[in-house]
Amino acid sequence: MSFVEQAPVLIVILPLLSAFLVNMVGLINRRYCLPFAILGIFGSFTASVITLIRIMEHGVIHYRLGGWPPPFGIEYVIDHFNGLVLVTVSFVSLLAVIFSKESIKQELPEKIPQFYTLFVLLVTGLLGMTVTGDAFNLYVLLEISALTGYALIAMGDNKALVASFNYVILGTIGASFYLLGVGHLYIMTGSLNMANLLTILPDLYSLNVIFIALLLILVGTWIKMAFFPMHGWLPNAYTYAPSAAGCLVAPLVTKVSVYIMIRIMLSVFSPLYVYSVVGLSDTIVWMAVIAILSGSILALAQTDFKKMLTYLIVAEVGYMVGGAWLASSSGLTGAILHIVNDALMTLCLFIFAGIVIYKRGGQQLQDLAGLYKKMPITMAAFTVGALSMIGVPPTAGFFSKWYLILGAIDAGKYHFMAALLVSSLVNAILFFRVIEIAYFEPKVDHHGGDSHKVAIDEAPLSMLVPLIIVALSLIVIGLYSGDIVTNIIQHSVPAGL
Amino acid sequence: METITSIKPLLAVLVSLVAVIPIVASGSKPNLREAWTFLAGIIKFGLVVSMLPLVLNGSVIEYTLIEVLPGLPIQFRVDPMGMLFALVSSSLWIVTSAYSIGYMRGLDEHSQTRYFSFFAVALSATIGVAFSANLFTMYLFYEMLSLATYPLVTHHQDDEARISGRKYLSYILGTSIGLVLPAMLIIYSLTGTLDFAGQGILSIGLSKSTVTVLLLMCVFGFAKAGIMPFHAWLPAAMVAPTPVSALLHAVAVVKVGVFSIFRVITGIFGTDLLLSLNLGTVLCYIAAFTILTASLIALSQDGLKRRLAFSTIGQLSYIILGASLLSPKGQTGGLMHIAMHAFGKITLFMCAGAIFVATGKKYISEMVGIGKRMPVTMTAFLIGSLSVIGLPPTGGFISKWFLVLGTLEADQITMLVVLLGSSLLNAAYFLPVVYRAFFCTPEESLFEDKVQEAPLWCVVPLVLTAIISVGLFFFPQPFFNLARLAIQGLSGG
Repeated sequence: MSFVEQAPVLIVILPLLSAFLVNMVGLINRRYCLPFAILGIFGSFTASVITLIRIMEHGVIHYRLGGWPPPFGIEYVIDHFNGLVLVTVSFVSLLAVIFSKESIKQELPEKIPQFYTLFVLLVTGLLGMTVTGDAFNLYVLLEISALTGYALIAMGDNKALVASFNYVILGTIGASFYLLGVGHLYIMTGSLNMANLLTILPDLYSLNVIFIALLLILVGTWIKMAFFPMHGWLPNAYTYAPSAAGCLVAPLVTKVSVYIMIRIMLSVFSPLYVYSVVGLSDTIVWMAVIAILSGSILALAQTDFKKMLTYLIVAEVGYMVGGAWLASSSGLTGAILHIVNDALMTLCLFIFAGIVIYKRGGQQLQDLAGLYKKMPITMAAFTVGALSMIGVPPTAGFFSKWYLILGAIDAGKYHFMAALLVSSLVNAILFFRVIEIAYFEPKVDHHGGDSHKVAIDEAPLSMLVPLIIVALSLIVIGLYSGDIVTNIIQHSVPAGL
Repeated sequence: METITSIKPLLAVLVSLVAVIPIVASGSKPNLREAWTFLAGIIKFGLVVSMLPLVLNGSVIEYTLIEVLPGLPIQFRVDPMGMLFALVSSSLWIVTSAYSIGYMRGLDEHSQTRYFSFFAVALSATIGVAFSANLFTMYLFYEMLSLATYPLVTHHQDDEARISGRKYLSYILGTSIGLVLPAMLIIYSLTGTLDFAGQGILSIGLSKSTVTVLLLMCVFGFAKAGIMPFHAWLPAAMVAPTPVSALLHAVAVVKVGVFSIFRVITGIFGTDLLLSLNLGTVLCYIAAFTILTASLIALSQDGLKRRLAFSTIGQLSYIILGASLLSPKGQTGGLMHIAMHAFGKITLFMCAGAIFVATGKKYISEMVGIGKRMPVTMTAFLIGSLSVIGLPPTGGFISKWFLVLGTLEADQITMLVVLLGSSLLNAAYFLPVVYRAFFCTPEESLFEDKVQEAPLWCVVPLVLTAIISVGLFFFPQPFFNLARLAIQGLSGG
């Protein structure tokens, strides 16, 4: 049994094991926690990359845990779609954990072992949800990631406690909806294996109970991904979470929930059922339009930089849900590509926010004043992230938006196209407001040569390097969007859409 | 038509982008820093010129960088039309760089390293637009140019700069994201390609209303062309240091706007399609409105740079008008006007900047008698004015001549009247400036009777461009041949 063959399970096992190790070595010396956490996540990242390459060469991988055949045992099914999401999740986690080093020292010096244990467990949960081919196993991992997420967020200040409690309640409701939906399916079919369900369900499509199951699961994932108007828990939870926790949960939790939604749509139900039989597309695309517009408008009203970002996440979730429900192949491609791009963009912006909090001690827009002079590299990376959010080529954000708009045109849903364009324009306003503050203030006397230079004062390398890497990756992924789409995403988009 | 694959177009685009690294690295040594700018400028110009013979022989040079989306590469194609524009911008960059040294050092401006860096990025984007083989590549460089010029427009970082910067971005980004992007996607969705083709790509039996809407989205979306009502960013952008106004807001940025519209009209929609739907006339009237209104507004401006800005808005629409006439002579005239207006208007802006450096004056009413103080500058100003008005012996006459012939060829007599009327207005807002500068009684003169010009770095470039403006009257061949080839290529391809 080579490493390559076992890679699918190692993706989940390695961070899980490192969670135990981090906890134990933390008892000896808390300085050992970070290396073990990095090691676990790095191993997981390597295994994800190997798995994705193997999928691109040999096709879908079925891995049976403990050798038990489905539908009795748990099966990991990795195709191009979750292979891509796995690489994204582990890559983002890796950068986030490297970034956390200095930030945690400053914000949570007393809780380092606890923080890293929860951090790695959350990564385990996210990867597990992505890798599994079992609807109930998915629920278990959903709860693991949720519980660790609540705890991580609650580690912030007093406001974080309330925000986290809010999240606990709504998150639990969301998980219950999901579980209820899966329960319905189990009662009707006696199976929890997704592939198995896909073959059994077509005979039952005419039954209302299947429709109810779909609705329950959808509502569950929507609460988890903060799809407007079920977004209430997200802004405060992500705003007041510790910076390092924010860098993990903000880019990934909502995106993995979107993955789950699309996975359930395509691999448990079928494109035929969700797009044609139930006829929900129109309604959900309209909901997405409202989500995009509301998220954008609410973001405009914020003076807290991080809170502004959280509302943008709400808008971006609308992009992906809308794209997935356009019932066009470009739209679905765009939604899947946007899972990757949005995870990276959000990471870029949250790391930036973390650096600002680290250096300036605040996260209000005014705390950004004069940053272009003081931290040119940080600001350059931020600018790339901002341009990606606006959707300026050749950054990644442009290309997912391209597919989403193309999907909207193909599907004849011009209101969705309009919402995407309005959101781009609002993002332009939002980010140029930030850029303006960082570029203009404090006031400078505009004559007098280069004599009065502001000393450059960048963040430590362990914060700066992840930021630079993610900013560069936004450009590289943008330029290689075509390859990603043809070699990976196309295989996951059902033919004939 | 022979197609040659060569990396030269990419290099021509990249050279100034790469130059940013040494420019930033040698930020503390101004002479070395400016040497890099010159080096990049000369290499860029050399690369462009080295492709000129091939293009004049009817070849097309192509280079595909990367296929970012299936069937949608970042691709460069050097054809006569792009060559003409690249030649103008890359040659004027060298001149402007010299002028920048005189101006920025003369005024002891802050953040000069940033200034020269973004200038270099802006030039990369400009050449990128000139050499774009498809609408997508063009959009990419168009946006790059919008963003690279923001720090230049807001260079002074005061409240006026902040407000102008906002206006600049709102107009430029708002229209490109709000209008061009959806138009581009709809065109792509309809045709599956965005390649510029000789007779356009939209002749696929679309309804007139679809074509009209797409055309208007493109024409107004490229707001850098300053077509009313999306022109207000240009006067606002005059807060920038004058070299920026000179090269970017008389040549590079604004001409990227008209060039993009020219490309879209010829390469996406196609002359025949627009003729068959009679949409050229619509565009002509849009352009004519801007020409006349901008000229009338220019009359009332006392700020010299603002007057020049409104004059530019009017002149840009000459080019749009030339494209919209949809006749070979009119389009040739439009393309040539890109070059002719560039040399004339950059002279005028550099004169305005020289006056500011030497005397600190910005308003025309303060310039009575300045001809005695700065005779060289004001003579150059006269030549620049003549070129923009379109009088011999300057290059502006040639392009206007072809535009007038174009109106006759296209049987658009109204447009002929517009062109002539606008010439009168141009004369009315430029010549009094020159007249009052030279002809006034000693009591009226606001300046001492002593020659004191701006630094040489300022004066030499503007004399040079003035001489070229005159030279283009006698030797318009380089630009004329390119323009003619470009228009021939459209009907032949």
